[in-house]
Order: sequence, then C-alpha cells, then structure tokens
Amino acid sequence: MAGEYVEGELNIKPMAQFDVVPLFGGTEVHWYTLTNATLWMGLTVLSVSLLMVAGSRGRAQIPSRMQSIPEVTYGFIRKMIEDIAGKEGMKYFPYIFTLFLFILFANLLALIPASFSSTSHFVVTGVLALAVFVSVTAIGFAKHGLGFLGLFWVSSAPTVALRIVLAIIELVSYFVRPLSQSIRLAGNLMAGHAVLKVFAGFAGVMGAGAVFPIVAITSVYGLELLVACIQAYVFTILTVVYLNDALHPGH
Amino acid sequence: MEGSISEMGQFLGAGLACLGMGLAGIGVGNVAGNFLAGALRNPAAAGEQTATLFIGIAFAEALGIFSFLVALLLMFAV
Repeated sequence: MAGEYVEGELNIKPMAQFDVVPLFGGTEVHWYTLTNATLWMGLTVLSVSLLMVAGSRGRAQIPSRMQSIPEVTYGFIRKMIEDIAGKEGMKYFPYIFTLFLFILFANLLALIPASFSSTSHFVVTGVLALAVFVSVTAIGFAKHGLGFLGLFWVSSAPTVALRIVLAIIELVSYFVRPLSQSIRLAGNLMAGHAVLKVFAGFAGVMGAGAVFPIVAITSVYGLELLVACIQAYVFTILTVVYLNDALHPGH
Repeated sequence: MEGSISEMGQFLGAGLACLGMGLAGIGVGNVAGNFLAGALRNPAAAGEQTATLFIGIAFAEALGIFSFLVALLLMFAV
C-alpha cells in the first residue's frame, strides 16, 4: 500500500489520501499534534461560522443574496424537524443545525483537490453518531423515565412470545444505529474519493488517452457533489427520526 | 507466480464482497422506482414523501456500504 511512486507505471494508491500526517514535519502523531485533519476540521468550523456571521449581519427585511443562504438553510432544517419530530423537536434545533452544517461543509471542503476529507474517517463520523446516540437516549430517559423502554415493547403484537422476539430485534437495531449512521457517511465519502484516485491513476499512464479518465473524473466529481449533500441530509434526517423516537416512544 | 493461498483468499473475498454492492444497487433502484411509480400516480402527495424516500434509500444503501467495508478490510486491514 505504501509503495513508492514509479514513473511510467500504474500508480494506484487510493488510500494514501486518507493518511493523517502532522502539518509541521515529523511522523509521530500525539493527541496535541496539529495534523491535516485538525487543519481541515478547523477550516470547516471557520467557513461555517464566517458564512453564518456574514449572512446574518445585515438583518434586512428583504434578504440580500448573502443573507438568504442562512435563511434558506434555517428554513430547510426547521421544516425537516417540524415535519418529523413536531413542535417539541424545535428545542433541539441548534444541535441538529450545527450537525448538518458541519457535515455538509466537511463533505464539500473535502472535494477541493489536494484537501483532506475529515468525514471519510470512521473516527470522526463515529464520534458524531455516538454523540447523537447518547444524547437521544438521554433525552428519551429524561422525558419519559422508564416509559422510554416502551420503544422496545411492541404492545400491538398479538402474543407475548412475539413481543419478546420483537423486543430483542428492536433492541439490537437500536444499538446498531450509531454504527450504521457513521459507517454510511464515512463509507460513502471514502468510496467516492477512492474512485477519483483510481481514475487519476489510470490517467497517469495513458498518455494522450488520458482524456477518457479525465472525463470520467469530472463526471464522478459531479456525482460526489450530489453525494456530499445527500449524505449530510441523510445523517441529519436520521438524527431527527431518532430524536422523534425519543420524544414520542411507543408504537 | 508468487503470493500465498491466504492472499488469494483475500482477493477472492474482496471480489465476492463487491457482489453485495451490486445487490444494494438493485435495492436502491427498487426504492426509487417504486417512489416514482407512486409519485406519477399521485403527484400532489409526492412532495411530502421525499424525506421518506431518502430514508429508504439510506437504509438500502447502508448494506451496500457494509459490503464495501468488508472488501476494504480484506484488502488493507487483514
């Protein structure tokens, strides 16, 4: 995997782009080391904050083009929460909005050539999904106490034996949630970026025929733009669905 | 010829795992196709159901991503 670059041969190392390396020389990575992951996650936070601050500065009655970006995003997430989780869900709007913008911008910044895609690491998405899991479970128990366990007890099932079987299935699917949520995001991103690198490897050896891989890269790039937005949307909407389960447990 | 039996097993396994991605593709196509069929019958109700569409696609797609993950693990981690 970590082979050297050889001139004139097929150099396909699709996984090399995901290496976490320190920014200022050296090879060891400690918890305090500034790496490219730190840099690009910082840039994500910075760009989201800048866009929101610059957009909400004017507060004009008729929004300018800059102001309408936060307004449209706000309305989008607000509608999503109110449709799925109802009015009570709006209490958790800031968290969901932050989650959506962070993932969206991390996905989009990763599409800049030679950048580092932070959301294609299972560690990053795993922490995001685990935070959702822990907070949703805490909200469920805080709101309903032990009644939250009614989420696993399908009382509309005809027999007790069936209810026990369903409870086991529901319990397993509940604990698989953070796993599937994080792997979906990271896997989608990683697969797309690896495909780009594989095509780039083809372009290196084909000479004038490199036109074909370059056209392919361009179209895959368009697909990746779509995937970046859809995956941010999917992660957010699943968070809202889980939140709805915590707010209104039972079947 | 170089390499060992276990290496051959890795490559074969990774290739077989790719079948899962294709099958997940069928699943995603099923979701989207059925949505379109329903939406063309009753376009007025289609707009509200796009969220459900994306949730369905996400669940179907997740399993394809799992098989991709298995392929990656076989190639780079085992």
